[in-house]
Amino acid sequence: MPHPENVVLCRESQVSTLQSLFGERHHFSFPSIFIYGHTASGKTYVTQTLLRSLELPHVFVNCVECFTLRLLLEQILNKLNHLASSEGECSAHITCETFNDFVRLFKQKITEAENLKDQTVYIVLDKAEYLRDMEANLLPGFLRLQELTDRNVTVIFLSEIVWEKFRPNTGCFEPFVLYFPDYSIGNLQKILSHDHPPEYSADFYAAYINILLGVFYTVCRDLKELRHLAVLNFPKYCEPVVKGEAGERDTRKLWRNIEPHLKKAMQTVYLREISSSQWEKLQKDDTDPGQLKGLSAYTHVELPYYSKFILIAAYLASYNPARTDKRFFLKHHGKIKKTSFLKKHEKTSNHLLGPKPFPLDRLLAILYSIVDSRVAPTANIFSQITSLVTLQLLTLVGHDDQLDGPKYKCTVSLDFIRAIARTVNFDIIKYLYDFL
Amino acid sequence: MATSSVSKGCFVFKPDFKKRKISVPIEDYFNKGKNASEDSKLRFETYQLIWQQMKSETERLQEELNKNLFDSLIEFLQTSHSGLRKNSKDWSCQIKLREIPTAALVLGVNVTDHDLTLRSLTEALQNNVTPYVVSLQAKDCPDMKHFLQKLFSQLMDCKVDVQSKEKESDRVTQKNVHYSMDSLSAWYMSITQKADPKVQRRKRTSWQCQSPPVVLVLKDVESFATKVLQDFITISSQHLHEFPLILIFGIATSPVVIHRLLPHAVSSLLCIELFQSLSCKEHLTAVLDKLLLTAEFPFKLSGKVLQTLTNIFLYHDFSIQNFIKGLQLSLLEHFYSQPLSVLCCNLPEAKRRIRFLSANQCENIRRLPSFRRYVEKQSSEKQVALLTSDRSLKEETQSLLENLHVYHTKYFLVLRCLHHFTSSLPKYPLGRQVRELYCACLEKSVWGSEEYASVLQLLRLLAKDELMAMLQNCLKVFQSSSAKELGNTAKKIEELLAQFQSLDETKEEEETSQSQSKELQKTDLYHLQKSLLEMKELRSTSKRRTRFEVLREQVVSFIDSLAREYLLPPDTQPLHETLYFSSAHTLRQHLNAAPRVALHTALNNPYYYLKNEALRSEEGLIPHVAPDVCIAYKLHLECSRLINLADWSEAFATVVTAAEKTDANSVTSEERNEIIHARFIRAVSELELLGFIKPTKQKTDHVARLTWGGC
Repeated sequence: MPHPENVVLCRESQVSTLQSLFGERHHFSFPSIFIYGHTASGKTYVTQTLLRSLELPHVFVNCVECFTLRLLLEQILNKLNHLASSEGECSAHITCETFNDFVRLFKQKITEAENLKDQTVYIVLDKAEYLRDMEANLLPGFLRLQELTDRNVTVIFLSEIVWEKFRPNTGCFEPFVLYFPDYSIGNLQKILSHDHPPEYSADFYAAYINILLGVFYTVCRDLKELRHLAVLNFPKYCEPVVKGEAGERDTRKLWRNIEPHLKKAMQTVYLREISSSQWEKLQKDDTDPGQLKGLSAYTHVELPYYSKFILIAAYLASYNPARTDKRFFLKHHGKIKKTSFLKKHEKTSNHLLGPKPFPLDRLLAILYSIVDSRVAPTANIFSQITSLVTLQLLTLVGHDDQLDGPKYKCTVSLDFIRAIARTVNFDIIKYLYDFL
Repeated sequence: MATSSVSKGCFVFKPDFKKRKISVPIEDYFNKGKNASEDSKLRFETYQLIWQQMKSETERLQEELNKNLFDSLIEFLQTSHSGLRKNSKDWSCQIKLREIPTAALVLGVNVTDHDLTLRSLTEALQNNVTPYVVSLQAKDCPDMKHFLQKLFSQLMDCKVDVQSKEKESDRVTQKNVHYSMDSLSAWYMSITQKADPKVQRRKRTSWQCQSPPVVLVLKDVESFATKVLQDFITISSQHLHEFPLILIFGIATSPVVIHRLLPHAVSSLLCIELFQSLSCKEHLTAVLDKLLLTAEFPFKLSGKVLQTLTNIFLYHDFSIQNFIKGLQLSLLEHFYSQPLSVLCCNLPEAKRRIRFLSANQCENIRRLPSFRRYVEKQSSEKQVALLTSDRSLKEETQSLLENLHVYHTKYFLVLRCLHHFTSSLPKYPLGRQVRELYCACLEKSVWGSEEYASVLQLLRLLAKDELMAMLQNCLKVFQSSSAKELGNTAKKIEELLAQFQSLDETKEEEETSQSQSKELQKTDLYHLQKSLLEMKELRSTSKRRTRFEVLREQVVSFIDSLAREYLLPPDTQPLHETLYFSSAHTLRQHLNAAPRVALHTALNNPYYYLKNEALRSEEGLIPHVAPDVCIAYKLHLECSRLINLADWSEAFATVVTAAEKTDANSVTSEERNEIIHARFIRAVSELELLGFIKPTKQKTDHVARLTWGGC
């Protein structure tokens, strides 16, 4: 069994704090420990390796998976059961509906199990922020589980959110709060260099990691993501070495080879515009990644003719003040100057304020006046409005009182609507109040 | 149903079982057509036959169109997981994140059509990749619990199983289990271990490996709750090694929506690849090509009907399903309303049927406008024969019908040929798609239109290689058909092509003599058309034309003659009524309903629906006998946004009592006023229920109108 310090890099102080908190096996530990820190700052890893390497009895539960109270409690109990029965013999499934039952069953289990006596049992709740959305008694209950069950148990919470956001209004037992700070660039370098491929030397890989961090550190500090990217792009880095064009020490040459490649990766793979497997294929074929269009390149949406106009009408209704409709859609509106005509609050750009809700009738009125031919208010038109809502190009606002006339908002962007308007030869800018 | 009871109340009537059981055979509905029951059964059978043929044709077509997409998808699915499994000991695979393979399938905005595509996709996947294909809809999954529950139950269903007993016992135990990802992966473990020997025994080599992936299809991802989707992806990515999941997102708008739904933390768990289905407009073109632009099916649509159907498609829904439904409706309507539609079948069968036509049906033929027009053109003896003798009529009908079929075969060949010429012209005067050209040709004689004239003008400006390419395409069209009638035309085209080729050899001498004409060949920009035309006119008067120009003129006149000869509009053909469905109005009524207009008509002009002579009135007048709600409605049309209830009631009373003055003595006026008041209140509340008005707090004793204008 390796010593935890050797397996866990750059988390020495946290590990020693935890170790001293845990104490000896039979000691009562602190009732609840709250560990928080950013994504991929080693919370789960440290806790897990520590508990495993010290061979402490523990139950590890991920709260995302347990979306109901029952699931969560049953999973803890069943895992505990598994722990207690030690030798493979699988006992019956335990059902547990409430926290009260849980405490009772938990007590029973601990007393029954020979191998759990006289030592601290740890319950680790990963992604503890999900507990907040469950029953209100759950979090306070777990916090003082030791007191409630009167057994030697410690609950460890792992979360990305600070403790202050958890604390219920009614007050609760305060856990021991432990913060995992972000890895510094040096830490990242050390950790990433740790898992170098067997066929290359550690120094060579460390140099590569150095370049990688230089490109990506500004946008991404997620260790998992960085590791993933490192592996994805490593073959490209090795390419000159494999071909024999450069030696392993030829850092400058290697750098020149890899840097543009990494920058491209930042715009594509990192954003999931291109999938990793596609990226690998591109690397293998040595084609230009520019040829493969990412997901965002396909913004074009093909819509039926009237749907386009409905969307345009909705956009106009959302971004133009209702009072200006007369000016845009009546033939003899007279001359109204923008400045004198306006109330003060309307002077700010509507595009900065975002879309405003409008009633269905206004949408239809604008629609009738912007379509050249006569549009009959057929069922098809109404169903098109509804299907635009399901496509999330429009959203239904407020109450759903049909008699009062529903209200909508247009949620598409200016670029999108301009592209749509261009296909039907409609100059939307001319009709937008902001661009007058 | 009536009771003998005097008192008011609710009475339970048990359904009469005897009555229920007698179901009317479908073909009997055809009897109730307005034109008696001429061959109704036969018509129905013919309808069913033709519809079956059309349906199987469309299905085959759809399969063909989807094939490419499905093939690439299947390839993606097959490789995605096997790659991960294969080299799990490799250095890079240990470190790399395990991403869930995800296919983003862009299907277009016609969400109703997705079902069909996804269903056939499911079938294809089940045959080729894995038996475990599950599809979920957004409305089934408001939260994680339902999501997993649905997933679970569908997975149980798609388990291919020999021992159904075992399956049942499985299901019983599953009922008590709370659905979680753990239980899912446990289930998967048990299934794969159990299935192993079975798979090998049955030699299902197509599934490749012992652990087939589980494919989850999410229909219209846009409407999924983001939280559910995010949680599900997070959870399943943690279980990926024991539960090989593959996601397929059915996307209606654009793939950007994935980024909008999922934050980077979640989308980084996916390995997304994009697949795009055929655009629905191309799909429509293909369907039209196979169903209507062919002589294979005798049934045809008139120009108006086709226009209606394509308009609904292009303007409203983009749904191929709906288009085919509309086509089916017009087919049904045709056979239902036209007694002579018995003749709408393949030629030998139709000829046989003509022999057995009843006297009534012969009369029907004589009444056809197109037939009457035809008779009028005949000599007088023949006219008499046709109008009096059923036998000569039948003979004539046979030959006319045959002519009609021949007309169709030629028609579509020439249509395609003309399309090759018009489709590449600048600005597309006769449309880019063959369906637009077809519509234009159906409506009227196409050569009379302005667009056609401009097409000819533009053709006269084309360069040699363009003309030759077009001619070659046309030649292909003619050669592909087996019709002998147009053999001459093909020969003519070949000749023209040969002449163009020979032009190359003689070209050089011409170049020296007339270099000016070469300039003309090169410039064929549309906006220069006019000036060029003028120049050309000048030149043609002043100068001798080059050989190329002569040849070009020949081609144009050849095309023109083809169109004039074969593209006659169908309503010039006798007996076209038997094959063409032309009642666009009925179709529009059924497919493009206008609820607001119907409501307005009902309230504004009650005679339209009630057919009561007393309600017949001139425009603008309100008959006092009209239903109260109609009177109230008409009065409210005259008001502005806020309606004073007192005034309204007054007006209502005036209208209602207008004619009653003579017999007013029977009831006391007070009593009558009360009744009128009550009637008015009821009418107003009915209008409120219909959504025309609503109570308002802006002014006392007023109601607000919810519609604008006098409609």
